[in-house]
Amino acid sequence: MSALDELYQQVIIEHNRKPRNFRVIENATYAAEGFNPICGDHFHIYIVVGDDGCIEDVAFDGKGCAISKASASMMTQALIGKSETEARQLLAEFNSLAKGDLDPDKDDNALGKLTVFSGIWKFPARVKCAVLAWHAATSALDEVDIVSTE
Amino acid sequence: MNRVSFDVDRIRTDFPAATRTVHDGRRLVYLDNAATTLKPRVVVDAMAEHMLLGASNVHRGLHYLSERATEAYEAARDSVRDFIHAAAREEIVFTNGTTAAINLVAHSFGAQLNEGDEIVVSQMEHHSNIVPWQILCERRGCVLRVAPIDRNGELIMEAYRDMLSDRTRLVSMVYVSNSLGTVNPMEEVISGAHAVGAKVLVDAAQAVATRAIDVQALDCDFLAFSAHKLFGPTGVGVLYGKQEHLEAMPPFLGGGDMIASVRFEKTEYNRVPYKFEAGTGNIGGVIALKPAIDYVSAIGFEAIQAHEQDLLTYATDVLRGHEGLRLIGTAREKAAIVSFLVGDVHAHDVGSILDQEGVAIRAGHHCTQPVMEFFDVPATARASFSIYNTREDVDALSLSVGKVKELFE
Repeated sequence: MSALDELYQQVIIEHNRKPRNFRVIENATYAAEGFNPICGDHFHIYIVVGDDGCIEDVAFDGKGCAISKASASMMTQALIGKSETEARQLLAEFNSLAKGDLDPDKDDNALGKLTVFSGIWKFPARVKCAVLAWHAATSALDEVDIVSTE
Repeated sequence: MNRVSFDVDRIRTDFPAATRTVHDGRRLVYLDNAATTLKPRVVVDAMAEHMLLGASNVHRGLHYLSERATEAYEAARDSVRDFIHAAAREEIVFTNGTTAAINLVAHSFGAQLNEGDEIVVSQMEHHSNIVPWQILCERRGCVLRVAPIDRNGELIMEAYRDMLSDRTRLVSMVYVSNSLGTVNPMEEVISGAHAVGAKVLVDAAQAVATRAIDVQALDCDFLAFSAHKLFGPTGVGVLYGKQEHLEAMPPFLGGGDMIASVRFEKTEYNRVPYKFEAGTGNIGGVIALKPAIDYVSAIGFEAIQAHEQDLLTYATDVLRGHEGLRLIGTAREKAAIVSFLVGDVHAHDVGSILDQEGVAIRAGHHCTQPVMEFFDVPATARASFSIYNTREDVDALSLSVGKVKELFE
């Protein structure tokens, strides 16, 4: 696979073209924004946690490049149905993957389809694009007081 | 075409980076000249020679090496003076870049401003010609006014003139826009400002490698540029200021070299330009600015402009041929800078794809966020051309743009 094909795999192109869960959730349990002042990428992340403590719904909206948008889109799919603990674990795993610290073939992980980003560390300038939504989701989960809407 | 003396192949051999490969064997097509230009061997040699054989401080030691370093350093000042046609060598202050030069003026000239005084910039300024004035306005209660641009990225002269009044103290404006390529009508900008008694600072960062500059003909009060956009090293800049202004301004940084005598009761400052050169600067870099100036002067701006305008016209035509491609910045008079968008593909994706093809461009807001806001785009891809670029480079750019469309369609 050429470096370019590795960066822009079909699934990334496809998620960029048709991002999943690309909408606003008005009464989200958690919400946060991710902003990259260098490139202007700007997303809002919304997370709804159900009574059973599992994530019921995740959505995002905003503007960004193909990498950041596809990554955000795939993240929303991956987080739905997870407990907060599982979600945090996945967020950490994706971060490690993007930095090249986690080898999906050798290290235990629950990344599944997200391993499509396993080559992103070879493009240092684009790592921040891939992790933008994930950082926003992490800070959303961390800032319990701010956007909890009961 | 009158390009007899312009031999791009020979020029390319003077710049080792121009003929290198990237990404395992791809020909480098360097189109990021508005960010910084490549360096010819003569510049690097001069820097290396100072470091290896000289490495002395200037204006201090009595020994051989220090005297040679001082001579070379001051020869660079004379070279800059000739290059921009300043009236006196005292009008040439070395800084560490355009940004530092503008900040110097904002601080020192700004110290003479009062509440309600107005500073005028344009909407197409680089952040380095916005933020120092905002800081000044906050500190001194001055008012920053912004002359608008039109959809082509041209300064609206009528609006600019209307903005000038007896409250205007300073107009600080970019000569050539780094994100749009627009060449501003500096003579008119300056005469307009002078008519109301305001001073003018010209941000010549992008202009300096593209056109001959004559500060006396322009009659600007200040002019700033960086060596690194003129084939010289990074960390070196020039502030030109009319001597009377520099004399009247308080110092910027205090320290060694900028003083005549220091006593705890009272310190006397050095004469200009040394009053503004506190501390040990980038001596090797300043010394290497001279061969950079000599290099462009030997080619001559007539030939450089003919070459770059040919590339600009060709690149504009070729890119316009791509369906869905939008040019940002279509001023009548432009330097060889082309900002564009490929359909709705984000500029960073364009930049990454082009990079894999060996084509180096800039993708982003180019430190001109107000320009991006005006055109309602988060970022643009920007190809900027220089003396070592060729029509082949434009073709390579066009091919890789085709690749972007292919990948994203």
